[in-house]
Parts: sequence; C-alpha cells; structure tokens
Amino acid sequence: MKKIFFSLILMMATMQLFAQDNGVEMADSLRSNGKIYVVVICIVIILVGLLAYLFSIDKRLKKIEKENHINK
Amino acid sequence: MHKIWWKILGSILVIYTAIAGLLLGVPHLAILNETIRNLYFHVPMWFAMIVLFSISVFYSVKSLSSKSEIDDIKAVESVNAGIIFGLLGLITGAIWAKYTWGQFWSFDPKQNFAAISVLLYFAYLILRNAIDEEQKRAKISAIYNIFAFPMMVVLLFVLPRLKDSLHPGNGGNPGFNSYDLDSRMRMVFYPACLGWILIGYWVYTIRFRIRNIENKQQHN
Repeated sequence: MKKIFFSLILMMATMQLFAQDNGVEMADSLRSNGKIYVVVICIVIILVGLLAYLFSIDKRLKKIEKENHINK
Repeated sequence: MHKIWWKILGSILVIYTAIAGLLLGVPHLAILNETIRNLYFHVPMWFAMIVLFSISVFYSVKSLSSKSEIDDIKAVESVNAGIIFGLLGLITGAIWAKYTWGQFWSFDPKQNFAAISVLLYFAYLILRNAIDEEQKRAKISAIYNIFAFPMMVVLLFVLPRLKDSLHPGNGGNPGFNSYDLDSRMRMVFYPACLGWILIGYWVYTIRFRIRNIENKQQHN
C-alpha cells in the first residue's frame, strides 16, 4: 500500500514538472515578491465598493417602489 | 426574481474570479504569457451581453402579441444594459489585442464584426428615439430587434469563422478550449461567466424598475 502511495506521489510530482517548465516567461518574480497580492487587494476593494453601491441603489429603489405602490 | 440571493451569489462569484483569476495557476504559453488571465474578464462580458440581448428579443416577441408596454420597456432596458457589456468587451478586447496581436485595432474580422453587432443595437436605440407614437414605436422596434438578434449571432459566431482571424475559435485557429483551457482555468472561467451574467441581469432589473416608476408617474 505504502509503495503504491509513494509511487503515485512521485508520478504526480513529475507531472507538475512537465507542466511548469517550458521556458515561457510569466510574472514569477511579481508572485515571489508577494506584490501580486497588492493588485488583488486593490481589485477586490474596487469590486466590493461597486457591488455595495449597487446593493444600496437596489435598496433605495425598493423604498421608492413602496412609496409608488408598485407591488412586486 | 426580486429575491436577494442571486445578487449575493453574483457578487461572490465576481469577487472570487478577481482573486482566483489572478492567483491560481495558468498554462505557460508563449505570446500570451500572463494575459491568458484576461479570459476570465474579457469573455464573460460577451456572455453577459448575449444573455441580455436574448432577454430583449424574448420580450420583443412577447410585446408583439401582448401589446403590453411593460414588455416593451423590458426589451429596451435589457438592450441598454447589454450595450454596456458589449462596449466593455470591445475595449478589453482591443487592449488585449495590443499586447498579443500588436495593435489595438488590426481590423481583424472578429473585432470588426463585434463592433458592427454593437452598432446594430445602437441603431435599435436610435430607431426607438425617432418614433414618437408609443404603439408604433413598440411594434417597429420589436420587429427590428427580432431581425437584429440573429444578425448579431451570425456576426459574432458564424462570419468570423469563415475568415482568417487571429481571435481564438476562428478561421482554422482552434478555440481556447481545445489546447489550453485546462481544468484549472475552467474552475475560474465558468464561475466568472455565471457571475457576470447575474450582475448584468441585476443592472437590467434596476434600469427596468427605474423606468417603470418613471412610466407610472408620467401616466398619473
């Protein structure tokens, strides 16, 4: 059982090697410096802000609909 | 569809794609490099647009038989919301093209036909504004919309395939899914499409509800 398990793990490790190393340049340094997270945080803040704004518009609209007796 | 759960679901999916789309692994491909991540953001715009235009053509057909003003408003507001996504798709496509094909606008068949299909819907809105009488406007614009929708489908999915295009999926150039849309990318790509479709639908419902209130106030 143990042998099979280990050989499976080793096979998976080699699969990773085949998939990754083909010499195409990617933003690896940005990732290793950890600076990609800054970009992710900024984008998430913008998205959360815009979506919260959409929710607040939706809420206000619901109030106006109630005042105008538009039943949904 | 006036419940809140699908709005929250759409928001969560869109935020998830921003995080996972930037951080998860992608195939290492020449020329594309990291721009392959644009797939999660550029393509869902077009899906959202197509879904909104389908809603529009559905209500156009319905308004022809029901003669109801509500159906007419639904048709025009979903086009209004869909055009925003179409324009965003064109702009993001042009930026992506600059860094992979070399130019913002290389008059690629896919780019040209996508621009024409957005113009088709601008023509729909202009046609509506040109007619004052409400009944006539609803009927003529509904019929125009029924013709515009298949034209849009043909322009986006049929004609570019008959020409040599740099865009994936056209002119003998296989689509992303055949060689590099691997399982890691599917994990982000499908939620991205669903999320942006839900957000697009939400924007359309807000526009429709505003228009509905304005309409009620005009009649009173």
